[in-house]
Amino acid sequence: MAKHHISATLNGEPVEFLCSTRQTLLDVLRDELNLTGSKEGCASGDCGACSVMVDDRLVCSCLVLGAECDNKKIDSIEGMADGEKLHPLQTKFLEEAALQCGICTPGVLVAAKALLERNNNPTETEVRYWLAGNLCRCTGYDKIIRAVMSTAADMRENAK
Amino acid sequence: MESVEFERPGTVEEAVALLQGASGNAKILAGGTDLLVQLRAHMVEPDVIIDIKHIEETRTLTKNSDGSYTIGAAVAGAEAGDRDDITKDWPGVVEGWELIGSTQIQGRASLGGNLCNASPAGDSVPAMVAAGMTVNIAGPNGRRTIPVEEVTVAPGRTCLEKGEFVVSFNLPARPAGGGDAYLRLIPRTEMDIAVVGCGVALTLDTDGVVKTAKVSLGAVAATVLVVEDAAKAIIGTKLDADAMAALDAACQAACKPIDDKRGTIEYRTKIAGVLGRRAVTIAAERAGKK
Repeated sequence: MAKHHISATLNGEPVEFLCSTRQTLLDVLRDELNLTGSKEGCASGDCGACSVMVDDRLVCSCLVLGAECDNKKIDSIEGMADGEKLHPLQTKFLEEAALQCGICTPGVLVAAKALLERNNNPTETEVRYWLAGNLCRCTGYDKIIRAVMSTAADMRENAK
Repeated sequence: MESVEFERPGTVEEAVALLQGASGNAKILAGGTDLLVQLRAHMVEPDVIIDIKHIEETRTLTKNSDGSYTIGAAVAGAEAGDRDDITKDWPGVVEGWELIGSTQIQGRASLGGNLCNASPAGDSVPAMVAAGMTVNIAGPNGRRTIPVEEVTVAPGRTCLEKGEFVVSFNLPARPAGGGDAYLRLIPRTEMDIAVVGCGVALTLDTDGVVKTAKVSLGAVAATVLVVEDAAKAIIGTKLDADAMAALDAACQAACKPIDDKRGTIEYRTKIAGVLGRRAVTIAAERAGKK
């Protein structure tokens, strides 16, 4: 059958793509739009490496069909920095070396940003539960959690 | 690879016509958190995927003037969790719903999907059953409404006929002196499949005596159970030690579990009694028990 013609907003810009029914949003981002920041870890919604925002909800892009995304607002890791200016979470992850191999990092950053936008003063437990769907195969969780807590503290300080 | 059609009906009637007209296998798409995994694993090979999220009724969560709720089948758990009204009135129902998977899964996974996936361990189901929720099903012969517990007939199988799909749910108004709770046990602290799940909804009179109760267990039989003997064990009591022991025994007696890597038959059975007691205690506190 003919491919689906989808118009959406991606990282604030209008975007159009063609996809077949079976192509996930992750497939579309990586293979059609050449945005390879979102990773495929498990392709079953367990690992969170493909996390993106769709209409301001955190989702696994491997569990969304490209064909569902007509008129949707999609935000991926590629839209997180403002040009050359990194998001505070990105800066903090670099400063505190909160990554090892880096495969899970884009998904962790997208998920952590979603948390801090809802709650700029999360407890460690809240951070750990919020990020329970982001698996780090290097098991570098402690630094990730600390970097998120520390970014939240900075953001609260800067907001004063 | 076989091509799959993709349809986005805007009305219930269009969706039913598409389901009816499908030559082979049609699949409903709401949150997709089960369907996309099954597609990828080739556990399902649909000819057409019908995305029901463009039907307004499937996407709205409404508190009606009588205090009851109408919940669209495709509303995601995170959307319900963001609502103060339903979270306050029926915390157990929302708890069960919000235990399905991670934050990412929460952004998509729907009540309709969790029910129609027909897993014995679906986390949203026992609390829905306990709360007395019903399901609005649309099909070629019009609409019908049935209790949640009648939808699943066997693991992976529902009572839905060809051309039918779940449009929405009805959740009663929270009764005076009412409280509900859902608890589950999993081997990890988050993101796992229930070894046992228990939903309880009850009402207390002003003296703290249980007036009505409904107890439901998940993951201990082929389908989610309604445990009438557990409810009988506590109705008319103030939840004293004898009543709680009888409730525990009734929950255990109702279990027909399987052995698997998450728990043995003995373990699941014992835990069913423990969760029954704990869920009743929480529901009673929420109902205002001193």
